[in-house]
Amino acid sequence: MSVSNDIVLNNISFAYASAKPILEDVNLIVKHGEFASIVGPNGSGKTTLLKLFLGLIKPNTGEILVFGDTPENSRLKIGYMPQYAHLDMQFPVTVMDVVLMGRLGLNRGSRFFKNDRIAAMSALEEVKMTDFAKHLFNELSGGQRQRVLIARALCCEPELLLLDEPMSNIDPEIEEALFEILQGLNKRMTILLVSHDLGFVSQKVNSVICVNRCVVVHPTSEINGTIIKDIYGGDICMIRHDHRCGEEGHQHD
Amino acid sequence: MIEFINALSDPDNEFLRLALYVGTLASLSFGIIGSYVVTRRISYLAGAISHCVFGGIGAGLYIQNKVGLEWFDPMYGAVISAILAAVIIGTVSLHAQQREDTVIGALWAIGMATGLLFIDRTPGYFDMSSYLFGDILLISNIDLQLVVILDIIVVGFTVFFYNKLLAVCFDDEFARLRGINAGAFYMLLLCLTALTVVLLVRVVGIVMVIALLTIPAAVAGQFAKRLWQMMLLAIFFCMLFTWTGLAVSYSYRLSSGPTIIVIAGLVYLIVLLFTRIIKTR
Repeated sequence: MSVSNDIVLNNISFAYASAKPILEDVNLIVKHGEFASIVGPNGSGKTTLLKLFLGLIKPNTGEILVFGDTPENSRLKIGYMPQYAHLDMQFPVTVMDVVLMGRLGLNRGSRFFKNDRIAAMSALEEVKMTDFAKHLFNELSGGQRQRVLIARALCCEPELLLLDEPMSNIDPEIEEALFEILQGLNKRMTILLVSHDLGFVSQKVNSVICVNRCVVVHPTSEINGTIIKDIYGGDICMIRHDHRCGEEGHQHD
Repeated sequence: MIEFINALSDPDNEFLRLALYVGTLASLSFGIIGSYVVTRRISYLAGAISHCVFGGIGAGLYIQNKVGLEWFDPMYGAVISAILAAVIIGTVSLHAQQREDTVIGALWAIGMATGLLFIDRTPGYFDMSSYLFGDILLISNIDLQLVVILDIIVVGFTVFFYNKLLAVCFDDEFARLRGINAGAFYMLLLCLTALTVVLLVRVVGIVMVIALLTIPAAVAGQFAKRLWQMMLLAIFFCMLFTWTGLAVSYSYRLSSGPTIIVIAGLVYLIVLLFTRIIKTR
C-alpha cells in the first residue's frame, strides 16, 4: 500500500437495512493532492460514500483504508463539511463558536486557548468571512453558512477535506470565488467535494468520481457529453478503464 | 406582595422560606438543563421521564408500606425510575433510530400506569395530587440537600465540558468526527435531565414538569446569542417565575405549582408577541 494514497476502497458494498444496495462492489483509490468532484443523481450514494470514508457507517463487505489505517483512526486528519440542512436554525451560536468546534480533538480538554482563536480567525479569513465572526450563525445566508462550515472543517488542520454539496444554494459568482479558494487549499490538502452540477465542476477539478451504485473515475479531460448523459440518463454507468480502476476493472450488468 | 415579604420574615413560616431557598437554588439546574433540553429538542423526552417518575413513586410507596422497608422513601423510587427511563430512552434514540417517538409515548403511559397499579396494591390512602401537581410548601430539608448536590453536579459538568457539550448539541455527527464520544455525552445529559426532572416534580408536579423546564429557556432563547447567555437568562427567568409564583399563590391562597406555570406561560406569550411585533416592523 503506497503512502501517497489517501483513500483506498476494496470491493465495498453498502446497503441501509432491508433496502437494495446503495453501493455495490466499489473499488476506488484517491491519491494525495487530488482535487476531485463526486457526482451522480439523487440517491446514488454520494453522501454514503463520504460517510464511509469518515467511518460514520460501516460497509457490508470490503475494506476501507484512509491514510493506510481504519477510517475511525484517521478521522482527526479529515476536515468534513456536512450539508447544513440537519442543523437547528434557532441554535444560539455565533460564527466563531461554530468555527471553534473544528478545534475540538486537537486539544486534550474542552477549553479553547488563544492559538485556537487565532486558527479560527485565519480559517475564517480563508473563506473571506472574518467580518462575520461575531454574527449569529442562524442570521447568515445559505452561502455564508456553507463558507462558515468550510472554515470549521479547515480549523481541524486536515490533510483531507470532504465537502458535501458546498455549492448548493450559492450564487454563480460566489461559487466561482469558492472554487478559487478551494484551488488554493488544494496545494496543502486533498479535496473531495460532492456536487450536483457536473458541467461546471469539471472545469476546476482534476478528476470526477461518478457514483451510481457503482463508482467510476474519470480524469476531467475525458468528460464529454456521452459520459454526462450516462450518469444522469439511466442506471447503467459508463464502463471506462483507466489507471485508477481495480486490476480487473469494473463489471456492470 | 408586602404580605408575602412579611410572611417570609415570620419565624412560624419556616416552610415558606425553605420553599423559596429550594426554588431559587433549583433554578440553577433548571435553567442550565432546560437550555440543553430546548436546544437539543428533547423536551418530549423530559416529559416521558417525568411520567415514569410516577411509576417510581408508586413502587416506592409499595416497598415502604407493603414490603416494609421503612427507610425506602418514594423519592428513591423516583430517582431510580427517572434514571432507568433516561437510559432506556437514550438507548432507543441512539441505536434504534426509527419509531423513537412511539417508544417514548409508550414509556410515558406505562410509567404512569405502573405507578397507579403499585398504589392499588399498597394498603392505606395516598393523596397523589402533591406528586401530580407539586406542592413546594411540602418541601423538606432533604430536598434542600438534594438541590445543592444536583446544582454542584450540573454546574460542574457544564463548566468543565461546555465546549464539547455545545458541539454535541449543535452537530453531534461533527462532534463524533472530532473524537468526542457523543453517545456518552448524550446519555450523561439525559441522566442529568432525569435528576433535574425529579426535583421539578417536587416543585411543580409530574404534569407540569415540561413547562418549568422549557419555558424559562424558551424565553431566554428569544434574547440570547450564545448558549451560555441562554443558560444565565434561563436561570434568571426561572427564579423570577418561582418567586412571583410563590408570592402570588401565598397572597391569593392558590396552589403554588400551577401559579408558577401560569405566570411563566403568560410571560412567554408576551415575549413572543413583542418579538413578533418588533420583527415585522
